[in-house]
Amino acid sequence: MVRYILERLVYMFITLLLIATLTFFLMKLLPGTPLSAADKLSEEQQAIVLEKYGLNDPLPVQYFNYITGLFQGDLGLSFQFDNREVSTILLERMGPSMTLGAQALLFGTIIGMLLGLVAAIYHNGFLDYSSTFIAVVGKSIPSFVFAGILQFYLGVQWGLFPVALWEGWEYTVLPTIALAIFPIAIAARYMRTEMLEVLGSDFITTARAKGVNRFGVVFKHGLRNALIPLVTIIGPLAVSLMTGTLVIENIFSVPGIGEQFVKSINTNDYPIIMGTTLFFSFLFILIILIIDLLYGLIDPRIRLTEGD
Amino acid sequence: MENHKPSKDLFVPVEREEEEQHEIGRPSLSFWKDSMIRLRKNKAAMVGLFLLILIAFMAIFGPYMNQYTANEQDLSRAKIPAKVEGLGWLGMDGTLSTVEEADTVESAQASALARYSNDEENTEINVLNDGSDGGQARVEAIHDPYAAKDIENNFWFGTDGLGRDQWTRVWEGTRISLYIALLAAAIDMVIGVAYGGISAYYGGRVDNYMQRFIEIITGIPNLVVVVLMILIMDPGILSITIALVITGWIPMARIVRGQVLKLKSQEFVLASQTLGSSDGRVIRKHLVPNVMGLIIINTMFTIPSAIFFEAFLSFIGLGLPTPQASLGTLIDEGFKSLQIYPFILFWPALVLSILMIGFNVLADGLRDAFDPKMRE
Repeated sequence: MVRYILERLVYMFITLLLIATLTFFLMKLLPGTPLSAADKLSEEQQAIVLEKYGLNDPLPVQYFNYITGLFQGDLGLSFQFDNREVSTILLERMGPSMTLGAQALLFGTIIGMLLGLVAAIYHNGFLDYSSTFIAVVGKSIPSFVFAGILQFYLGVQWGLFPVALWEGWEYTVLPTIALAIFPIAIAARYMRTEMLEVLGSDFITTARAKGVNRFGVVFKHGLRNALIPLVTIIGPLAVSLMTGTLVIENIFSVPGIGEQFVKSINTNDYPIIMGTTLFFSFLFILIILIIDLLYGLIDPRIRLTEGD
Repeated sequence: MENHKPSKDLFVPVEREEEEQHEIGRPSLSFWKDSMIRLRKNKAAMVGLFLLILIAFMAIFGPYMNQYTANEQDLSRAKIPAKVEGLGWLGMDGTLSTVEEADTVESAQASALARYSNDEENTEINVLNDGSDGGQARVEAIHDPYAAKDIENNFWFGTDGLGRDQWTRVWEGTRISLYIALLAAAIDMVIGVAYGGISAYYGGRVDNYMQRFIEIITGIPNLVVVVLMILIMDPGILSITIALVITGWIPMARIVRGQVLKLKSQEFVLASQTLGSSDGRVIRKHLVPNVMGLIIINTMFTIPSAIFFEAFLSFIGLGLPTPQASLGTLIDEGFKSLQIYPFILFWPALVLSILMIGFNVLADGLRDAFDPKMRE
């Protein structure tokens, strides 16, 4: 187990280094410098600015400085916001993104599980079909389309919740629902399949035969066993929420990392794009690692070192 | 007691013929026929297929169904809602309506009229609440832009912010979205099948190196790769497709590898090899047909995710450049005037949603049809 984790950490490190290298050189290929034409700087001033940002050094030196900086948590300075460190900008914006992501994940999995549970209990009944329908629609309709519907009806037409911005609890409602629709769909589907499988197994029949009532069977015996595999889908869902936050934060003007990322793409603020890219990658790799470890812990039948 | 023993003459042997025996059994079904029968029984999948065929048909022929072109701008007829003769009950009557609140009926009327450039002739005003109960006066105004602007030909999906015909733009956008998604899925399939197949079939060191490579690049979130690729290449149909393919082939490669690994150690492959089949023959005749079902299912799931990613890219400002339009860019434009003119967002969002649902439902159906074991 320890050897496996160490091995995984080495891969994680290589991947991150690869991403850092890739983003660095791709960004160098891009046109443009931090000196926009509007600044109208003299040649000497330009030289000073380039010197300050270390942009006059040969490429390998710049690369070396960048990578060593990374290890110290230094992601460089933003082009757009004068003299602000990318890492502080990201840290400041992490709060809303994390709140939104956590709420959507929690809300989505709980609602989804309930839907799946109901579907499995009333297998092939009306509730099953409606729950499956919701799952298919939720999985298919992109979150931004759903966000538009919510914004228009709940926000504009009925005025139940604020349409955008981030100034309090009620501002998180619409973006959370919009983000949660995908986890709801996936969790419902998964829960239904798992629950049907569990309810069909022998120990459930035994419990029924011994006189446990329907409710007891479903909640005491069924749910507990169906929940275990469900843990493993939370990781992939968290990853998918990362993509979701990019658009959702923009639509609802939430001051999170995703919104900053899209803004930076439109203003060519390369250090922020690089920083966010690395941040997302780090989060992604971390989640994948945790999922894999969880798989092993929860279900020992899954061999950790497959392929040997 | 002699009755107990009937004479043997009473029994005549039934004449059994080989052919009759065959008739009793069911006709032999190939794997494909069997799967197709199962698929046809799946109502949801059939509805999905029908929707997809309908949308594909409209994407091909829709733009030629009226006299407008996708890029013909006319600001005088901008932001007009949809109107279809005979479908008024669906809300497609070509009118705009608004509800205004004010202290008095007169001022509510004035502000409602002001929304439609004070065009009293073509605006019908209904007083919902004259404010006599002490509350705010509420007035509903229904405006007919078709009459106001003397437009004789209906816009079936209305017009966008620049007066372009949404019908033509939506179907041309669908065409581009479908084109990108199908192209990306096809390339994913070719690369993934080749990579996974080679990796598994040759095994050993080749497999090891190829898998280590996959392990490293799957760590990169596809979101990041796609955004970076689009940033360095100019946005366009080809660059978006390439960006989608760069990480898109990996799941396919993994699935094919897993399946081939399982198959190649089975007896029928060994038998074929013992009988002297070449590598090529084993792959063509034994491995590919057995993996085909999974390849098709996976491709069917790749297509909607490619459509989604393309729309997503348009949405964060990395989509197709302006004269071109995909469903994603149309939705992005629609969001800009969502509060006042929601119908501009409505049509492309509707088509995109139906497209996604169609593909997902059909893919689910195919999975159930090809692999009945996976059904409960």
